[in-house]
Amino acid sequence: MTHYLLSVHSVEGEARDPMTEEEMGQFMERVGVLEEEMKSAGAWVFGGALHDPDTATVARVSDDEVLTTDGPFAESKEHLGGFYIIEAEDLDAALAWASKTTAAVSKPIEVRPFRHVSEA
Amino acid sequence: MGDVAAARKLDEAEVGRIFREESGRSVAALIRVFGDIDLAEDAVQEAFAVALRKWPAACLPPNPGAWITTTARNRAIDRLRRESRGRELLSEAVLLSPANDDPRSPRKEGPVQDDRLRLIFTCCHPAISTEAQVALTLRLLGGASTKEVARTFLVTEPAMAQRLARAKRKIKAARIPYRVPEEHELPDRLRPVLAVVYLVYNTGLTSTIDPDLCSEAIRLARILATLMPDEPEVAGLLALLLLTESRRASRMRPDRSLVLLGEQDRRRWDRALIEEGQAIVRQCLRRNQPGAYQLQAAINAVHADATTLEQTDWSQIVALYDQLLALAPTPVVALNRAIAIGEVRGASAALALVDELDLDTYHPFHATRADLLRRLGRKGEAAAAYERAAALAPTDAEQDFLKQGGRARAERTRRRTS
Repeated sequence: MTHYLLSVHSVEGEARDPMTEEEMGQFMERVGVLEEEMKSAGAWVFGGALHDPDTATVARVSDDEVLTTDGPFAESKEHLGGFYIIEAEDLDAALAWASKTTAAVSKPIEVRPFRHVSEA
Repeated sequence: MGDVAAARKLDEAEVGRIFREESGRSVAALIRVFGDIDLAEDAVQEAFAVALRKWPAACLPPNPGAWITTTARNRAIDRLRRESRGRELLSEAVLLSPANDDPRSPRKEGPVQDDRLRLIFTCCHPAISTEAQVALTLRLLGGASTKEVARTFLVTEPAMAQRLARAKRKIKAARIPYRVPEEHELPDRLRPVLAVVYLVYNTGLTSTIDPDLCSEAIRLARILATLMPDEPEVAGLLALLLLTESRRASRMRPDRSLVLLGEQDRRRWDRALIEEGQAIVRQCLRRNQPGAYQLQAAINAVHADATTLEQTDWSQIVALYDQLLALAPTPVVALNRAIAIGEVRGASAALALVDELDLDTYHPFHATRADLLRRLGRKGEAAAAYERAAALAPTDAEQDFLKQGGRARAERTRRRTS
C-alpha cells in the first residue's frame, strides 16, 4: 500500500460567486458522503480544507536565526485549498478516489505519492 | 557434409534482429518476476551481450526467446545476490517465479499469461505523457536502444535517457500498476495504447531516419490483436496499418516526395497485405461494433479494391466518412470527407464544405483547397493556396511537390480528360 496526497487546487480570482446557503449545504453533503466512503473503505488517513492563503505565515532559518514572515510561501494565483491523505493499493486506486473528489468539489485534484521510508 | 552449409553463420546484425524480436517478451516477464523495470532492462541487455559472444560461434538455441529470458533472469538473480537490498527482493521474486519460465518445459502462452500486454498498458498509462508513452513502448516492448528512440524523437541520447528515466521513476514511485485493466476500464485504457501504436507507425511513415518503425508498429499491433481477439478496435487498427503498409512502397518517389493516391502505381501495392487487411475488415463488419480505426480501415479497404482512382466506389467511401465523422467529429475527418464528396458531387460541393473548416495551419487543408480551386478553373486562387500549403509543409520534398503542384497536376487532368 502507498500513501497518496490528493490536493485540491483553487485559482484565486476565478469567477466564483459566493455559494448560496443551499449550494453550500449541497457541497458539504457531497464532501461528507465522500469522506464517509473513504473511511469505510479504509482509504482515509487524514484530510481537511484550509483557510485562505492570506492567513498563512512562513518560518525559515536565516543565519541560524528563525524568521517568521506574514503571507504564503509563494505568491501565486493557484493555491492549496485543502487535501486528503489516503492509502491505496496503486495509482489506479488513488485516481479512482481523485475522480470522486474532483466530482465532489469541482476543482482539479493533484495526486502525488508519498515516499516510502526505505526509499529515503 | 551438407551440415557445414546448413549451419548458418549468424552475424551481429542477425543476432540483433532476433534479439529485438524477442526482448520485449523477456523484459515483460522479468518485470513481473522482479517488479523492477531497470533491473529487467539491464539483465536483458546483459543477456544480449552474452548472445553476441556465444551465438555466432555456436548454433542458435532452439528457443532463443526462452534462452534470453533464462539468461537474463540468472543475471538479475546474480546481481540481486550481490546487493543486500536485493536479497530481500529475491526471496519474494523466487516465490513468484512461474514454472513456465523453465526453458526445458514448453512455453504456455495463453492470452492471459503474456506479460507484454501488462507491460504495454503500464507504458501507455494515462498518467504518463504521450511522448513518454511512445518512448517507453519502443524501448521496453520494441527492444529499441535509447539511442534509437532518441533518433526517432530528434533529441539527443542523454535527453532521451533522462525522459525515459523520469517516466520509469514515476511508474515506480506512483505505483502505476502492472496489470491488464479490467473489462470496464478497457475503453478508456485501450485508447492510449492504440494511439501509441498508431503514432509509432505514422512516425515511421514520415521518418527519413527510421522506416523500421512501421514494421515495429505492425508487430505491436499483431501482438495486441493476438492477445485481445475480442476487441474490434484492436483488429481495426491492425487492418488499418496493414492496408496503409500495402501502399508504402508506392507513396514516395526516390527523391522522397509524396505520390498522391490517384497517381500511385497500383500494381505495386502489396496484394498479400491487402488481402490480410481486407479479411480483418470483413470480420469487423460482421461483428458490427464500428469504431474509428475500423472505419478508417474500411475506407482503405475500398481504395484497395479499385484498380484506378476513377473506379473507386466513392459513395461507399462517403458513407464510411459519414460514420467516422459521427464518431470522431474532427476537422481533419471533415476535410477527408469533403474530398470524397468532391469525387461524388463535384469540386464546388466539396469546396463549400472545405471553406467552412478551421484548419488554417494544416497544410493538407490548403493543398486540398488548391486542388479543388484548380478543378473549378479558379487559377489565381489555386496558385495562392498552393503557395500557402508549400509554406506550411513540414519537409522540403513536400514543399517542392506543392510548389510544382499546380503545374504537374494540371497536366494530369488534361491527360485524364483527353
